[in-house]
Amino acid sequence: MHMKSVLAASTAVMLAGPVMAEPTAEVLHWWTSGSEAQSIAVLQEQFKAEGGTWTDMPVAGGGGDAAMTALRARVLAGNAPTAVQLKGPAIQEWYEETGLADIGTVAEENNWAEVLPDRIAEHMKCEGQWCAAPVNVHRVNWIWGNKQILDEHGIEMPTTWEEFNAAAEKLQAAGVTPLAHGGQNWQDATIFETVVLGLGGPEFYQKALVDLDPEALTSDTMKQVFDQMRTIRGYVDDNFSGRDWNLATAMVMNGEAAFQIMGDWAKGEFLAAGQEPGVDFVCAPTPGEGFLYNVDSFAFFELDGEEKQQGQQLLAKLIMGPEFQKTFNLNKGSIPARNDVALDDFDDCAKQSAEAMAQGSEDGSLLPSYAHGMALRGAPAGAITDVVTAHFNSDMSSEDAVQQLADAVANAM
Amino acid sequence: MEWLDRNVPKLVLAPSCVAILVFVYGFIAWTAWISFTKSRLMPRYELDGIGQYERLFAAPRWDVAMNNLFIFGGLFIVISMVIGLALAIFLDQKIRAEGVLRTIYLYPMALSLIVTGTAWKWILNPGLGIQEAVRGWGFEGFTFDWLIRPEMAIYTIVLAAVWQASGFVMALFLAGLRSVDTEIIRAAQVDGIPTHRIYSAIIIPTMAPIFLSAFIVLAHLAIKAFDLVIALTGGGPGYATDLPATYMYAMAFSRGDLGQAASSAMIMMLVIFAIVVPYLYSELRPRRDQ
Repeated sequence: MHMKSVLAASTAVMLAGPVMAEPTAEVLHWWTSGSEAQSIAVLQEQFKAEGGTWTDMPVAGGGGDAAMTALRARVLAGNAPTAVQLKGPAIQEWYEETGLADIGTVAEENNWAEVLPDRIAEHMKCEGQWCAAPVNVHRVNWIWGNKQILDEHGIEMPTTWEEFNAAAEKLQAAGVTPLAHGGQNWQDATIFETVVLGLGGPEFYQKALVDLDPEALTSDTMKQVFDQMRTIRGYVDDNFSGRDWNLATAMVMNGEAAFQIMGDWAKGEFLAAGQEPGVDFVCAPTPGEGFLYNVDSFAFFELDGEEKQQGQQLLAKLIMGPEFQKTFNLNKGSIPARNDVALDDFDDCAKQSAEAMAQGSEDGSLLPSYAHGMALRGAPAGAITDVVTAHFNSDMSSEDAVQQLADAVANAM
Repeated sequence: MEWLDRNVPKLVLAPSCVAILVFVYGFIAWTAWISFTKSRLMPRYELDGIGQYERLFAAPRWDVAMNNLFIFGGLFIVISMVIGLALAIFLDQKIRAEGVLRTIYLYPMALSLIVTGTAWKWILNPGLGIQEAVRGWGFEGFTFDWLIRPEMAIYTIVLAAVWQASGFVMALFLAGLRSVDTEIIRAAQVDGIPTHRIYSAIIIPTMAPIFLSAFIVLAHLAIKAFDLVIALTGGGPGYATDLPATYMYAMAFSRGDLGQAASSAMIMMLVIFAIVVPYLYSELRPRRDQ
C-alpha cells in the first residue's frame, strides 16, 4: 500500500468515525536534540493524523545509555513501552531476553523485503520474523574536507590510505592540522573501523569485526591497521582529548583542520552553518571500498491490549512509509532505508551515499558499523574499543595491540 | 501505656531499619547473586560459578582501574591530609582575618565535583589553560600536558580532588587543634620547648582520632570517585583514568554486561570493607580506660 492510499483510507476511517479500537503508542527514544526532535515530531504528527494516541517518552543522555536504563527498568517492572528505539544486534539480544512482537503482517503487506537491502533487512528480523522497522541509514565511513584548504595546497580527496598520509604530511609541513579528531572512545573506534575496511577490504572487515575470527584479528593486515592508527595519531592536534565530534567538525568548517573522519551526521553541522557541499566542504568515502552503515530502528515489545498492538502495527507502517522516510531523513542528514524513495530533494552527499548503498548491496560491501553498535553485541564491541583506544592513546606496539585484541574478544564472549 | 513507653524508640526506628535492610543489604545480596550468574542485558538468576570474576581479572581495563584507584586513593588521601594539616597549623597562629581565609579555603568543598572537573579540564587543557597562558608570557618551551598523556592523566584527577578536599580536611584539623588543652601548651611554652616540638610531640598526637576520621572520609570519597573522572577526563585518554566506579558504570549501562558490573561492584565493596572494618573494630571495642 502506498502513502496516498494509506492517507485516503485513514481519512475515510476518520470520517466514518472511530470504528476500531484507537491505536496507542508509547514511544521510548533518545532523539532530543534540535534536528532529531524535529524528525521524530514528524512521525508523531502522522501517527496522530491516523487517529492514534501518542505518548512521547524521550530519555536524553549518554548516547542512548540513559534510555536503555529506562527500558530495562520498564521491562523488569513488566511494563514495556510500545515501541523503543533500538538498533543492530541489540534487537536480537532483547528478543532473546524478553521476546518482541511480530510485525510480519505489516512488513509483508508493504513489501519490506523488496525495498530494503538484504543486509539491513536481516537486522530487522528475529529468528526469521520481522520485529523491528528501520528509520534511516547513516553512512559511517565518510571523510570530510575543507575545500579552501585542500585547493590551496593542491590536494585531492584521498582514495587510498597512502594518499591520505601523503596529503597529511604535506598539510603538516605547511602548518595545518591534517585531521580534526576528538579523543573519545567511540571516535577512535570510528576511525579504526574505516581503516580496517580501507586496508583489509570488505571481506577482511566481515571476518575481523563481524565474525570475530581470531586469525583475522591477529593477522598481519590487522597489524598494518594498527600501524596506520599510530600514523594517524600523529596527524591530530594536541588538544584532541575528550573533544566532542561536533567541535572537531567546527575545526574543519573554520579552517583549523583539513579533514575529519566521521559519519554523515557531521553533514548536518556543515549545513546548519550555511556551508554547501562541493563549495565550502567536500564529502568523500574514506579511502578504500565499501559502505559501513549505522541504521536507526524501532523495535516493538510483546504487549497485551488490542489498542497497543494496533499502535505497533500502525507505527511500523508509518515508519517505513516513503513519505516519512523522506521527511525524516531530510531533517536528520541520513538517507532512507528503503531504496525506492525519490532523492531529488537530497543533497549530493546523500545521493552519493544512496548510490553506494545500492552498489554495496549488490557486491557485498555493505557492512555493519562495529563502532556504532551495528555489528556486535555490547560486550565484544566494547572490548574491541578498549584495545583500540588504549593503543591510540599510548605507545603500545601493533604486535601487542593485535594480541590484546584477540584476548579481549575471547574474554568478552 | 507502659509497654508503649518502653517500645516507642523501637517503633520509631523500625521503618528505617526495614528500609536499610531491604535497600542496602538486600540489594548488596542481590548484586552478589548477579555477580555469580551469566547476566548480560537483563538479570538472570541461574548461578554460574565465578566466571564473571575470572573475566574481570583477565580484563586489562580492570587492572588499570584498580591501579588507578591505588594511585589516586593513596596520593589523594596523603596530599589532602598534609596540605590540610599545614593550612590548619598556619591558620592556628592567631592571624588576622582568619575567618575570611578559612572561608576561602573551605569554599571549594561547596562546589559540585562536576563543576570542579569541568573547570580543571579547561585549566589543564594544553591549548586553553596553563600551558597556553605560560607560553603566552614568553616561555615558548613550557609544556604542561598531563591531561592528554595517558601515564600522567590520573595525576590531574589527584590535583583536582586535592584542591576540592584539602580545605575540608583543614577545617577538621583546625577544630582538632582548637580542642587541645591550652594549659598543656602553655606549660610547654613556659618550659621553653620550641614551637615545632610542641606540635610534633604534643598537639598532633592528641589529634589522632581526627586523623582517623579524616582518613575514613577521604578514603570513601576516593573509592566512590566517579563524577570527577567523568567531568575531567571522561576516563581517557583511552581508558587511562578509569576507576572501578567508572568501569562498573560502563559495564552496566553502556555495554549491557550486568554480570561484569556486579562482580566489579563486589570487589569495590570488599576494598571498602578492608578499610572500614578495622576502623569499626577500633571504634566499637570497649575502651580500656572506661
